[in-house]
Amino acid sequence: MIRFENVSVRYDDAASPAIRGVDLTVPEGELVLLVGPSGVGKSTLLGAVCGLVPHFTGGTLRGRVTVDGRDTRTHKPRELADLVGTVGQDPLAHFVTDTVEDELAYGMESLGLAPAVMRRRVEETLDLLGLAELRDRPIATLSGGQRQRVAIGSVLTPHPKVLVLDEPTSALDPAAAEEVLAVLQRLVHDLGTTVLLAEHRLERVVQYADQVILLPGPGEAPRMGVPADIMADSPVHPPVVALGRLAGWTPLPLSVRDARRRAAALRERLAAGTPARGPASHPAPGTPSGAAPGTGAGQGPGSGARSGPARAAAPHPGGDPLSGADRGPGGRAPGAAGEGRPAGRLGRLLGRRASAAPAGAARGGTRAVATVTGLGVRRDRVEALRRVDLRVSPGETVALMGRNGAGKSTLLSALVGMIEPTSGSVTVGGRTPHRTRPRDMVREVGLVPQEPRDLLYADTVAAECAAADRDAGAEPGACRALVAELLPGIQDGTHPRDLSEGQRLALALAVVLTARPPLLLLDEPTRGLDYAAKARLVALLRRLAGQGHAIVLATHDVELAAELAHRVVILADGEVVADGPTAEVVVSSPAFAPQVAKILAPQHWLTVAQVRAALAGATA
Amino acid sequence: MTSMTLRAPRASRSNALHAGAWWLWALGLAAAASRTTNPLLLGMLVGVAGYVVAARRTDAPWARSYGAFVKLGLLVIGIRLVFSTFFGSSIPGSHTLVHLPEVPLPSWAQGVRIGGRVTAEQLVFAAYDGAKLATLLICVGAANALANPARLLKSLPGALYEAGVAVVVAMTFAPNMVADVVRLRTARRLRGRPTGGVRAVLQIGLPVLEGALERSVAVAASMDARGYGRTAPVPPAVRHTTGALTLGGLLGVCAGLYGLLTAGGASYGLPVLAAGLLAALAGLRLGGRRGVRTRYRPDEWGVRAWLVAGSGVAVAALMMWAAAYDPAALHPSVVPLVAPELPVWPAASVLIGLLPAFVAPVPDVAPVPHVSPVMKATAK
Repeated sequence: MIRFENVSVRYDDAASPAIRGVDLTVPEGELVLLVGPSGVGKSTLLGAVCGLVPHFTGGTLRGRVTVDGRDTRTHKPRELADLVGTVGQDPLAHFVTDTVEDELAYGMESLGLAPAVMRRRVEETLDLLGLAELRDRPIATLSGGQRQRVAIGSVLTPHPKVLVLDEPTSALDPAAAEEVLAVLQRLVHDLGTTVLLAEHRLERVVQYADQVILLPGPGEAPRMGVPADIMADSPVHPPVVALGRLAGWTPLPLSVRDARRRAAALRERLAAGTPARGPASHPAPGTPSGAAPGTGAGQGPGSGARSGPARAAAPHPGGDPLSGADRGPGGRAPGAAGEGRPAGRLGRLLGRRASAAPAGAARGGTRAVATVTGLGVRRDRVEALRRVDLRVSPGETVALMGRNGAGKSTLLSALVGMIEPTSGSVTVGGRTPHRTRPRDMVREVGLVPQEPRDLLYADTVAAECAAADRDAGAEPGACRALVAELLPGIQDGTHPRDLSEGQRLALALAVVLTARPPLLLLDEPTRGLDYAAKARLVALLRRLAGQGHAIVLATHDVELAAELAHRVVILADGEVVADGPTAEVVVSSPAFAPQVAKILAPQHWLTVAQVRAALAGATA
Repeated sequence: MTSMTLRAPRASRSNALHAGAWWLWALGLAAAASRTTNPLLLGMLVGVAGYVVAARRTDAPWARSYGAFVKLGLLVIGIRLVFSTFFGSSIPGSHTLVHLPEVPLPSWAQGVRIGGRVTAEQLVFAAYDGAKLATLLICVGAANALANPARLLKSLPGALYEAGVAVVVAMTFAPNMVADVVRLRTARRLRGRPTGGVRAVLQIGLPVLEGALERSVAVAASMDARGYGRTAPVPPAVRHTTGALTLGGLLGVCAGLYGLLTAGGASYGLPVLAAGLLAALAGLRLGGRRGVRTRYRPDEWGVRAWLVAGSGVAVAALMMWAAAYDPAALHPSVVPLVAPELPVWPAASVLIGLLPAFVAPVPDVAPVPHVSPVMKATAK
């Protein structure tokens, strides 16, 4: 259906081609998943299918791309519109009209279909995607999952033979992602549509794929094969694959169901070996390669060096740190906060203020960085939050979860003082956020927003850092040193816009950390990050938590929560519906459990790293 | 036929009233307002428009514009009164309310007065005049609140479709840009910077524009990939004819208008204008052949649309007739100052404008709750 014949694409201002030597065929009626680390040209490859590359983006395409026999060199995107449906990363940027029904009809109107045909297809598509109740709604009022479904529906109505999707579930909560994937499944099975999609969150999609195309690195030729084969040595893979590789299962399981069938023996071994309690409270430095299951890309040399002595001191990494963690979140901090052990350059940069906090917390045990009592927030008639209580202690990592619109971002905004509480109180570092001047507040709490770019104004990294030093009242060079630590090898003159998602996030994090806030908030930090960037982020946040920073993450990423969080707080309709240690909250929940927990339930294992550590401990 | 079938149905896409009907109705009321300065009649017109808006508006974003237009109307009256107070008026009056200190002006500024005597007559005249303008504005506001602007643009002829799309896209951009500004302002707070002030605006402005630009490129890509701008092959002869007709028609319109406005040119102005218009319309019609677009569920001009538009036209026509028949009743005397009276027949004719509140389909009152079907399924 789609044929790439020795295709390479080079953008006009680029030194090397974005993709090279692509030679593959996507057969009709298959769901093909395109995977690979960030920046290997996944979007370029997708764009080449619908003709936007190179007709719209510019650049030079060598070789030949044909879709159902039509050559994209001679057919412009608009002439492929009846054949290929494309949905980009941001569904909002896709919409041309203002209501759901008009949006579904737009593509057909452009193609000049007869009114009666259009009417019938709109009704069919409304039913197929479960949008019938939303037909008259303005698009601006829809939730993320609904928007994504409308975007898919809007390209489905002209009955394309090929559907191209770029990260359709990245911005969605787990339930909404399931919604969208169910729709794709249905299209492939019932209508025989060929679907080509790129996605970072493999744990969500890989089990649905018929074939996987792996782009191993920038400019490298892609490999195509059945998912189990490709996943066997792919640098990007979901936790279920990592666990399968660890346990030596062949063929590799791709879904939780496959893995559970084989996991009985593993469960027995683990049950006999280690009591799995609060696995997430593994201190980061004590868990070798814990940050980057499988990829190994996430760990800086500093953390690797530090894991050495930790291992020597604790021959059973699964046991000793755990008992320490049982004393409470503060209990793990002293070991990691650099009292006995050098904490690296980042530790020195942040250490002065941060290391004092966990020590106090360990002694007093009760001093909270932030306290939220009976918080209520109302906007117009919508109660965004109702009677929310939350306490965050130094060194503690809390994950806020819940579906889109549950109030996670509102709670974070209230913590930094952007929103005035309607009722109840918020105290951060002894201050009331919305009554404190922004200049003073940044020293108490830092928030990295959903779109890290919002925090960056300057033209270059160096200018951004200088501004951050001034804003925070830090000595010149403080931010640049942080950037060097978080983002090694970044040039002073780089424009923040040219950074990748992960790099931009790190830069924003450095800017926020310049003021050394004891409380760090992150809103959806893993959106658009690949596994390597995510692993780096996990390692980084663990180090920060180890130095006594309290961290609150609002996230849909259950795997991230499982890796990092000591505690999970689940919000629904603005109320706290669950608050407790990660393992307890997450294991029993179908939506919020990470894959490892689902496979090894009822045991409380959350991450591959824990399992690996426990197995190593058992054999040692 | 029972009384049930006489009640207006619930609004849906299929029975949606044509946006043009609402505009005709509102313009009819506005035309009526322009014929009178009687504050009682003007008040009735505002009341009629307001009642219909209250009865038939949706909770769409544009529907909230009515309040803004009412405020604008009040502002107009206020400004008119202030000007009249400070700059005097040509209305002679005997009821002096207050003597303001007069600014002495040089002789070349004769006819201009600042300060001085303020009479009741001049203020009442200014208020009447302001009220007329305010009513016009409020009628336009009513049309804005009742008619979906996007659907009005969709009723444009095919050749103007591109222009319509540009406007629709621009309209969806405005709210997005406002959201961007809010987001970036709050982000400034996260950096510890003040959110107000000129510097903040400047620093936010660039990223906002950048974001808008990026979004427009993304929308353009999406439109291209969805078949925007596909054209049907048109023979060169038709293309040339289209060009000639459109260009010639527009020239004709210009010449015709010039003729109408110059003294003594009316004789040739009108026919030239008409011919120009016809040619331009024919050009547009031919130009529409290039597009392959079809229209999905265009608004139909049905009985209800006739009634709504007709009621507005009727109000305008009756008021114009009344203005010719009994001008005094529509323009209450200011000198001498008398209390305005309500002329019975014009007042009754204004009430015809209430018809849409009974014949137009009723919009749903409560917005649909924000719950996705899957969530509901799991809740069960």
